[in-house]
Amino acid sequence: MSGAPLLEVEGLTKTFRMRRRLGRRQSDVVRAVDGISFEVHEGETLGLVGESGSGKSTTGYCVLQLLKPTSGSVRFNGRELTGISRAELRATRRELQIVFQDPYSSLDPRLTVEQIVVDPLEVHRVGDRASRRRRVQELLELVGIEPSHAQRYPHEFSGGQRQRIGIARALALDPKLLVCDEPVSALDVSIQAQILNLLNDLQERLGLAYLFIAHDLAVVRAVSDRIAVMRRGKIVEVGDADEVYARPQHPYTKALLAAVPVADPRRMREERERRRAIRAAADATADAAAP
Amino acid sequence: MALLEVTDLRTQFFTRHGRVHAVDGVSFTLDVGRVLGVVGESGCGKSVTALSLMGLLPPRQAAIVGGSVRYDGRELTALGRRTFEDLRGREIAMIFQDSMTSLNPTLSIGEQIVEPLRRHLGMTRRDARRRAVELLEQVEIPNSARRLDDYPHNYSGGMRQRVMIAIAIACRPKLLIADEPTTALDVTVQASVLDLLHDLQREYEMALVLITHDMGVVAEMADEVLVMYAGQVVEQAPAVELFDRPEHPYTEALLAALPQIEIAHARKQRLAAIPGRPPSLLEPPPVCRFAPRCAHAVDGDRCLAEMPELREIRPGHLVRTFHPSSERRSAPVEVGR
Repeated sequence: MSGAPLLEVEGLTKTFRMRRRLGRRQSDVVRAVDGISFEVHEGETLGLVGESGSGKSTTGYCVLQLLKPTSGSVRFNGRELTGISRAELRATRRELQIVFQDPYSSLDPRLTVEQIVVDPLEVHRVGDRASRRRRVQELLELVGIEPSHAQRYPHEFSGGQRQRIGIARALALDPKLLVCDEPVSALDVSIQAQILNLLNDLQERLGLAYLFIAHDLAVVRAVSDRIAVMRRGKIVEVGDADEVYARPQHPYTKALLAAVPVADPRRMREERERRRAIRAAADATADAAAP
Repeated sequence: MALLEVTDLRTQFFTRHGRVHAVDGVSFTLDVGRVLGVVGESGCGKSVTALSLMGLLPPRQAAIVGGSVRYDGRELTALGRRTFEDLRGREIAMIFQDSMTSLNPTLSIGEQIVEPLRRHLGMTRRDARRRAVELLEQVEIPNSARRLDDYPHNYSGGMRQRVMIAIAIACRPKLLIADEPTTALDVTVQASVLDLLHDLQREYEMALVLITHDMGVVAEMADEVLVMYAGQVVEQAPAVELFDRPEHPYTEALLAALPQIEIAHARKQRLAAIPGRPPSLLEPPPVCRFAPRCAHAVDGDRCLAEMPELREIRPGHLVRTFHPSSERRSAPVEVGR
């Protein structure tokens, strides 16, 4: 880890206005992300974990400026991203890319694999046709897709292979940071392991940093150097991955960890009551903190 | 005592491209008050097995083409539609993964719980309503009397799944079939719904068939486990035995591929991915279906020449492979713990 962080998020807040309900003068405002701060350093993975509605995906979209933050700052490579012009943002996007959750809907079914992966290169006018073609071949090889399959369409590939294609597209412009939004949650366990290994390998080879967003604590653990736990728009705990998992401090982190079923029938039976107690304790603190 | 006895069940889907052998010779027995976990990845046939048992296969697209399903001494595959309807909901109940599509959005929660009570138990409207409140209390829905007249969209995902459970247990069924009942839920909600299922299963002495892709959920809930791959049972054993001494290369690989939350330096460890993907079930050839992905199959051995039978390798432990871990020359692979 070098001195200045690659990504520096400070006091990030994103509110959504709900549709006005009948008979109410004002519409409700939901604070999806509520003043959070964190950093991602070059070449590291920060795992952002939380349950549905915790604001983890909204955070990812705000970092990418796909959603406009309500307040707070997002600095990438020393440069403030909030409020910059579209042209400037476009230049930054080369270094800041996203891998989506659903490998079925995130690839255009009418385009060949080559057209999908070459798209960012064309948008950013990188190289000439021949060099772009070579780059696509190189990228497919890198993610474990047979380069000779470049003329095939997404439906000819399985979910795991499609996710590889999505990763190749994200890597096309040599980004420094990938925001991975639940990249393996649609995949079966045996395929999920292939993709997680691939992400780890790519990081090692290319020096990428990941903001890895997921609800599955075991998956997050397999790729993260540091972990941030989100609940109701706030980060309740952040720290070294081994430390957070071995010695969780916040009752909610404890409850999350205690809720994960482990593949050990003896322990699951022995610890049933202990797990229940930990969850009850977290519920009590949540109710006390609820608005 | 065997409550459910499934023998050589075969279910096929009829497609433009041919017959898909979705369930291909599945057998098991389930005793009164026991929990059977059926585990496997997408397309392995676990959900189609459940639909076959319940007589809920999509008509004309799929059918049971062989085998038998005996429930409490009665052959279910030969049952008429009306008789099956009397049985379903009353003695055999089912919970699905997606509570939003399983519940009727146009009926209040109360009406949906009252309906089976009146249909199957002949209760009066008043009695059924009173019982519905009790059931919602039992599945831990706060202010149950007041929430009876709410509609499904007023409930959260976890609460809707509790309502599904309330409907399923309304007539005190002897057999409950739950297909991925917690897959759509957050992990803390899943934990409490599993606790609820566990408690109710004990209290009502229901037999439970729990279908899931999650080895952790199986470990938590099941007495006995069936591992399915490509339409077949590849391994069956009591839960503790299965996790302690998995025999089938697929079971071993599945356990090894799981990311763990409790090991130090998880970041530095490679996950044991399973290469390739499951075979097509369109007229599959009579050879071992896991062979192309198996670490132990070698060129020229029997795996690609014949189909291994499901055999009892230890008392109560069945496996379908030519390369069970306890018969390999090298020491059995340590996995899963």
